[in-house]
Amino acid sequence: MEQLKKKFHLGKTNREKIFTFGIVLLFFAVIEILRGTGNLSNLLKGQLVPICAYVVMALSLNLTVGILGELSLGHAGFVSVGAFTGIVTATLLKPVVPQTWLVLLISIVAGGLTAGIIGFLIGIPVLRLRGDYLAIVTLAFGEIVKSLITNLYIGVDAKGLHFSFINDNLNLLEGGKKIIAGPMGASGFPKISTFLAGILLILFVLYFLYRLLGSKMGRAIKAMRDNSIAAEAVGIHLTRFKLTAFTMSAFIAGMAGTLFALNFASLSATKFNVDMSILLLVFVVLGGLGNLRGSIIAAGVLTVLPEMLRSLRDYRMLAYSIVLIAIMLLTNNQRLMQWWTQTKKDAKKWFAKIRKAKDGGEA
Amino acid sequence: MDRLVPTPSLGVIPERDSGKPLILDIHGLGIDFGGLHAVEDFTLLIGRTEIAGLIGPNGAGKTTVFNLITNVYQPTRGVILFDGIDTRGKRPDEVSRMGIARTFQNIRLFKDMTVLDNVLVGMHNQIPYSMLSAFLHLPSYHRKEKEAREKAMDLLGIFDMQHMAKWQAGSLPYGAQRRLEIVRALATDPKLLLLDEPAAGMNPAETAELMENIRNIRDRFQIAVLLIEHDMSLVMGICEGIAVLNYGKIIAKGSPEDIKNNPTVIEAYLGKQED
Ligand SMILES: Nc1ncnc2c1ncn2[C@@H]1O[C@H](COP(=O)(O)OP(=O)(O)OP(=O)(O)O)[C@@H](O)[C@H]1O
Ligand SMILES: [Mg+2]
Repeated sequence: MEQLKKKFHLGKTNREKIFTFGIVLLFFAVIEILRGTGNLSNLLKGQLVPICAYVVMALSLNLTVGILGELSLGHAGFVSVGAFTGIVTATLLKPVVPQTWLVLLISIVAGGLTAGIIGFLIGIPVLRLRGDYLAIVTLAFGEIVKSLITNLYIGVDAKGLHFSFINDNLNLLEGGKKIIAGPMGASGFPKISTFLAGILLILFVLYFLYRLLGSKMGRAIKAMRDNSIAAEAVGIHLTRFKLTAFTMSAFIAGMAGTLFALNFASLSATKFNVDMSILLLVFVVLGGLGNLRGSIIAAGVLTVLPEMLRSLRDYRMLAYSIVLIAIMLLTNNQRLMQWWTQTKKDAKKWFAKIRKAKDGGEA
Repeated sequence: MDRLVPTPSLGVIPERDSGKPLILDIHGLGIDFGGLHAVEDFTLLIGRTEIAGLIGPNGAGKTTVFNLITNVYQPTRGVILFDGIDTRGKRPDEVSRMGIARTFQNIRLFKDMTVLDNVLVGMHNQIPYSMLSAFLHLPSYHRKEKEAREKAMDLLGIFDMQHMAKWQAGSLPYGAQRRLEIVRALATDPKLLLLDEPAAGMNPAETAELMENIRNIRDRFQIAVLLIEHDMSLVMGICEGIAVLNYGKIIAKGSPEDIKNNPTVIEAYLGKQED
């Protein structure tokens, strides 16, 4: 019995989880120390919230691509839905709710919910089918969201919210405010995202994903990815679990979108294009499919890097590709991993030997 | 082993199972793939604790019968009653939850998962905690997970595989992979276990051990087993009733003795002797 407990309770996976949380907390601590001592560059300061947002987006996409094993090429669409829902929510709440953190919290939840519901609705017809239909549909979805929001006008006045499409005829009353102005995007919304909120969101999402993976549902989802025919044969309802995982993924992407949006003074829907979806995919693939820590590191490093490399001018792209390759090797390379575990084992043996020699000497 | 006795619908089942509802009652089952009648007019009855065999030459349609019973394929004709319930139109996962478990001829394990997790996935529908308690790690989550793990280890014990619990399923030796498939199938708490060539790739000693294990499984869980197998020593050794399939049709049914001496079967297996 004791043996069972030991075997299953504080195993390797738990240590890995603690390590991953540790990386996030360490990052937070380092930044806060730099900020406290006045050593934080303005460049990095501006990147802090986007880094967190991209990390959460990468985690979200990893749930769909890495853990569920379905390809999504329009993840930016969910981020976008979350972003603009968050913008509208925050603008509406700002005058009535005095606590900024509460406004941010509600906006993030609203952004997540809207994206989650849309993810669910897209998933219903698509995830029933076998094959890579999700990739095609999400690709189209990302583009559709972009052009819809580019043509959307939303304003608020004393009578409430006003919507209009394609033409800017919101007919706002005196003192009314335009929140989203079609191709001009949104502006004048509260800029309330903070680095702390970003870190908390990462920690929450990590906690959520680890708990999911440690549950019977997580096992079912992984089993489906490994072998869907066998999973179905042992009683796993494929569509249901695919839909649940995809909805969760869209929900998380939406939350990241709100965090991301409320860090800027203005935002246009064209920001959430295919390039962004592909960039997120690059984070996930480089970090390793199903590897949450890898996603965090890849998203973090690759978000700051282009800015950091600006000083290298012409060599910027070269350096960027070298870093890409380095990340790939570090997070995905089997041999490197084996070498690392072997080295750790050897080191342990070596320490044990020394200790033995010491004990022997003392006795 | 019990004598086979006729049922009201003219099939045969072991004497101890007679008078109890049949576990499987298949009538006139058939499926076409394009022009090919892969299975035709397939009729089979299986008693609640019977070990039955389905044999036949390569390409006879044996695996197709399994795919029909588990609703991976929808039949073109015929009825399948499982424990008295028509399975028509149900999804494979629903059929599994009704109590039919299977293994695959071309092994289908969750390769990237551990041996233990493979069994736990099989137990999915028997682990009764809410997702809320999983996210909050409430006591019920810990308790039910622990119980599930203990039961999974117990099932692995059938084949002395406990020490492999933490191994990656894909890294197991071939024979162990086949055995793990059986354990995973048992984990679904089935009433009927379908084994598709469980002894394939095993040596005679392993096959003999497997035979003993299959019998023990039936005795311990009181379930029915239907197995496809080319190894005649296994089939003749443990099956009570045997059906022989050739070109999608049943050409003989009966006890191992009947089958061994049936000229049609001998012909199907050896080909018509030219004189
Ligand atoms: N999905 C399918 N589509 C078309 N033809 C199929 C399909 N599945 C099986 N068949 C055909 O049906 C016939 C029976 O195949 P099946 O796999 O059931 O044979 P089997 O008796 O299990 O043979 P073996 O002993 O080699 O495993 C074969 O001719 C096969 O090619
Ligand atoms: Mg076959």
